[in-house]
Amino acid sequence: MSTPPSASTGLFRYSFGVTLATLGLVCIGGLVTSKGVGMAVPDWPTSFGYNMFALPISTWRTGGIFDEHTHRIWASTVGLLVVFLTRWVGGAASRRILAWIGSTELAVGAGLLAFAGSNWKNEAQFLMGISAVVLLAALTPWGRNQASSTAVRMAWMAFWTVQVQGSLGGLRVVLDQWTVAGTTGGILFGVAHGCLGQLFFALLVCLTFRLAPVWESIRQSDSDSYPRFLSRMACLLVLGQLLLGLLMRHQHAGLAIPDLPLAHGQVWPATDAASLERYSARRDGFEPITPFQIHIHMFHRLNAILTLAAVVAVFVKTRSLPQEAAARKMASVWFGLVCTQFTLGILTVLYDKPADIATAHVAVGSLSLSAGILTAWLCGRNSAVKSAEPLGKTSIPQMTTPAAVG
Amino acid sequence: MKNTLKFAASMAVVAATGASAAEITGKVKLNGEAPAAREITPIKADKLCGALHTKPVMTRTYVVGADKGLANVAVYIKAGLPAGKTYTVPATKPLIDQVGCVYEPLVSAAMVGQTVDIKNSDAFMHNVNCQAKVNKGFNFAQATAGQVNPKTFDKPELAVKLICNVHPWMSGYVHVFDHPFFAVTDKDGNFTISGDLPDGKYTVEANHLKSGVVTGEVEVKGGKATLSLELAVK
Repeated sequence: MSTPPSASTGLFRYSFGVTLATLGLVCIGGLVTSKGVGMAVPDWPTSFGYNMFALPISTWRTGGIFDEHTHRIWASTVGLLVVFLTRWVGGAASRRILAWIGSTELAVGAGLLAFAGSNWKNEAQFLMGISAVVLLAALTPWGRNQASSTAVRMAWMAFWTVQVQGSLGGLRVVLDQWTVAGTTGGILFGVAHGCLGQLFFALLVCLTFRLAPVWESIRQSDSDSYPRFLSRMACLLVLGQLLLGLLMRHQHAGLAIPDLPLAHGQVWPATDAASLERYSARRDGFEPITPFQIHIHMFHRLNAILTLAAVVAVFVKTRSLPQEAAARKMASVWFGLVCTQFTLGILTVLYDKPADIATAHVAVGSLSLSAGILTAWLCGRNSAVKSAEPLGKTSIPQMTTPAAVG
Repeated sequence: MKNTLKFAASMAVVAATGASAAEITGKVKLNGEAPAAREITPIKADKLCGALHTKPVMTRTYVVGADKGLANVAVYIKAGLPAGKTYTVPATKPLIDQVGCVYEPLVSAAMVGQTVDIKNSDAFMHNVNCQAKVNKGFNFAQATAGQVNPKTFDKPELAVKLICNVHPWMSGYVHVFDHPFFAVTDKDGNFTISGDLPDGKYTVEANHLKSGVVTGEVEVKGGKATLSLELAVK
């Protein structure tokens, strides 16, 4: 009897590696925004007119170019890794689809090169580079077994997401000055890029968890002890918090309020002209504080409290589950991460938003979202299992080692 | 004889147009105690930029000179100019230099259509990211020492911000006007607005990036006027 593909340790380890690389990418992306160096390289997909992989090291090492260009190279590497992850998870069946996608991208790239003139030359070459990677994955003969259908769906989602995410990152640069409804492309695409990046990371975490050998040992039940609704609501709050945080970062609202727990000495700061002038006078620099910055900052604080309360509630609720329960363990991890995140948020304000703390706040936010989605998944999974394979008697979901199960 | 004829001809032109070379001179003072400047520590931390300075580089929120004169204030005619009159764009080119990872000067001024030279005097890369709100923005790289890129602005706009994302502490500002009657105060807060300004009453505004604006009334008589303005610490 052959080992089920979903239990492939090699695939799991590879997926784990890709997920770690993506966490690194989230950190570098966070650092780029924290330092305000996102536009240090004004062009894309080229870097100062160079093919991004051929940028001279001396230029790469200059100031904020180092952060931004490293982000680009790292992102390209993660993109490549995800293409091969999709190929591996999808097994032999993925080869034909990848070949079709790669050929289409190649044809579009070649078409742009041939007919769209020199203005699109760099984009065409970039697309053809991506197509080469996808075709290479399609041609790879190893890894014929397919993982579970859930994992395959998730891998394909990751495949498309990473391509959209890369494009959003590029648009954030080339459409930085473009304005729609009073909002610049830099903010619009920057927020979308940041948001999708975190969701992409959470998707990879879930995929890796699904590919983990330990997944097979998780048994579920229809116990009412699972906080299904609560965990989903808490997840939504985390997602909302993430969006508010992104808006804050891209609107430079992080330091609009410098004190805690009060805000400019009030419960909710006034935003009349005199008050705003007084707030602005307190800080260095020439940029005045706007009412939007005040309100978005306050909503971020308010939602932080709601999120913490919701995750604490999930944590408390899962305490009634047996110690082996996977949902209980994951809720504990989530609780720990959200507490860390709450602390980092406070430190960000109190220490004047240093880039390292602000970046850690972004990274732990990504981990919190991932842990929340996993907790909600584990809490909600039992009903699906119940309909697929009804259990004779109520059993509590547990995470045990494969050996124990065997 | 030739020079006398030239002078007479120029006087005739002045008389015909009703304009004459005029000057509004004055000083902008700061009322109150400016907060102490702080060191821009990232400059020191940056290997390339840090090597260009032997002394700490300080913030320039308030640069106060002799007799409480406030530097980096744009002073310009706000009202009183003939309605609908258009002016010749000055041939001079204000220079905005990036030197030692700092914008010099911090505050510049130009007329709509006037060429502004943006220069990189450092031997490494800067990018110039113009964050205009009314005018069209731009973002370009300056890779080598001595590179100059001429730029113009199409519309009047106060405090157009220029930043360098390679060195995010770097920022400079350009005020753009639809007439040539403007100046930026020197290190002691002094200014001179000059040009073909007819005698008459004008409203003059002083604009400081942190302290805000203040206006004053002035009457140009015989091509001369003086004005003192005061801005408060905010």
